[in-house]
Amino acid sequence: MGRIGYILLYTCLALVAAFQIFPLLWLVLFSLKDNAQIFSGSPFALPSDPQFGNYLNVWQGGIGLYFFNSVWITGLAIVLTVLFASMATFAITRMNWKLNKFVLGLFMVGLMIPIHSALIPLFSMFLSVNLIDNPLSIVLTYTTYNLPITIMILLGFYYTLPREIEEAAVMDGSSINRLFFTIILPMTTPVMATTVIINMIYNWNEFVFVNTFISSDEYKTLTVGIQNFIGQYMTDWGSIGATLVISIIPVLLAFLFFSNKVVEGISSSAVKG
Amino acid sequence: MQSLGASEMNKVMSNKLMITLYIFPALFLIAVLIIVPLILTGYYGLMDWNGIGSMTFIGMENYINAIQDAAFWDSAWHSLLLALFSTLSLVIYLAVSMILASKIKGADLLRKIYLIPMLLSSVAIAQLWIKVYNPANGILNTILRGIGIENPPSWLANPDVVLYAIFIPILWQYAGFYILIYYAALKNIPESLIESAKIDGANPLQIAYKIKLPLIMGVVKVTIVLAIVGSLKYFDLIYVMTGGGPSGSSEVMASYMYDLAFSTNNFGYGSAIGFLLLIITLIVTIIIRKLTASKEDIQY
Repeated sequence: MGRIGYILLYTCLALVAAFQIFPLLWLVLFSLKDNAQIFSGSPFALPSDPQFGNYLNVWQGGIGLYFFNSVWITGLAIVLTVLFASMATFAITRMNWKLNKFVLGLFMVGLMIPIHSALIPLFSMFLSVNLIDNPLSIVLTYTTYNLPITIMILLGFYYTLPREIEEAAVMDGSSINRLFFTIILPMTTPVMATTVIINMIYNWNEFVFVNTFISSDEYKTLTVGIQNFIGQYMTDWGSIGATLVISIIPVLLAFLFFSNKVVEGISSSAVKG
Repeated sequence: MQSLGASEMNKVMSNKLMITLYIFPALFLIAVLIIVPLILTGYYGLMDWNGIGSMTFIGMENYINAIQDAAFWDSAWHSLLLALFSTLSLVIYLAVSMILASKIKGADLLRKIYLIPMLLSSVAIAQLWIKVYNPANGILNTILRGIGIENPPSWLANPDVVLYAIFIPILWQYAGFYILIYYAALKNIPESLIESAKIDGANPLQIAYKIKLPLIMGVVKVTIVLAIVGSLKYFDLIYVMTGGGPSGSSEVMASYMYDLAFSTNNFGYGSAIGFLLLIITLIVTIIIRKLTASKEDIQY
């Protein structure tokens, strides 16, 4: 291929990259401006007098609480999902029982269905056990709805674990619990890391469950919180921008440090899903 | 020794109590919070119910109403348009991936840059694009006025363009995802195949179309299923950006269902729509898989 060909191809790829990045750059820029600068200046001008106060104001104005809720709900659901998914995957791939393929098939139903079809019954079930407007409803749904994808990612790794290690442990008189918690789980650390990060992204970004089950401000997570918050600050672009930047920073940081894990998790979840 | 170990292990690994303990948490949660609600949706669809009071059995009335409901079919049509658009945009993603996978320096970094929007919440994406489309100060109209277009439209308030205006951020959100998948598949093609085609005098376009594309067809078929099914159940971004408006012009099936139940308390009818959404998604999935099935053994 000629030199001009390469230049054309690179231009093409750079244009796609620009399309993907420009809205975000613009977001960061206007999060540091006040309305006067946003409405009169060029959209890509650097903020002449950076308004870091935008960030402080929205953090103290309620975003800090939503952020905290997102952190603990995301974290708790990750621990439960990865633990339960690892136990189930261990039972399905390593233990001897007849219905294992059937149960696996049942789990995989969760990958295909539109979650909205389950929303109304979920709402009425939580209502009947007093879990509406209780963060436990969110933790339970996040844990459950991420199980299928997490099991999917774990499966391949568990199938490749050598039987000999288990045999040796069993010969040494190790119980199943000790085998699972002290030998198998540590061996699956790399794939667990992938599932943790995929779960983190899903939980952090989830919207519809919180929007449906939670009504009190004190339990709202960032996604629903910023939705209400932006309603209040409708005309103050700087505050809206700062709110959005705060909400996306954790995921971007995770991507910056663990991008290979993210890529691995997303592609393994997709190609089979 | 080896066989003794194996039989000992078989015994330990067949312990019914331990199997139950290990499978129970996941199985219980999935059964109670996924499988049971899906069945209940169909059942609630047979009821007249406001979500809080008592239910009255009304037979198939909700389902019959849904089939005659123009607003439902409008929303289904919009979902179908989105599915069509998503499938067509796969061609663009495929072309970009082909370029990216052809020994481009920095390909790894570029595909990660492309992936960034996919990692953001739909709420953040929606709020950002509401600003992009802002008629007075949004970046789109600022640029359009800059190049001499006097009266650019109010993208999200105009019923004629709103649906297409929403498609763009959806494309923005998923581009990196599909490029990632295609890129991985293309990188799996043995270099020797490409080399021998070059020696036979094939040009880059022929190589792309006649060699690379057939070799990754299995993955392409999977992405077609993902794009169509994903579109049929799409909700978040549309719900936040327009709430289905103005006057239903950007309503999709899931947002129509959601509004019926949680805005107008019509839980019975909403459940019927939710059940139809489930059935339509399953039927479409089966049809596409049948249509795209081939002799190769593709595991979804």
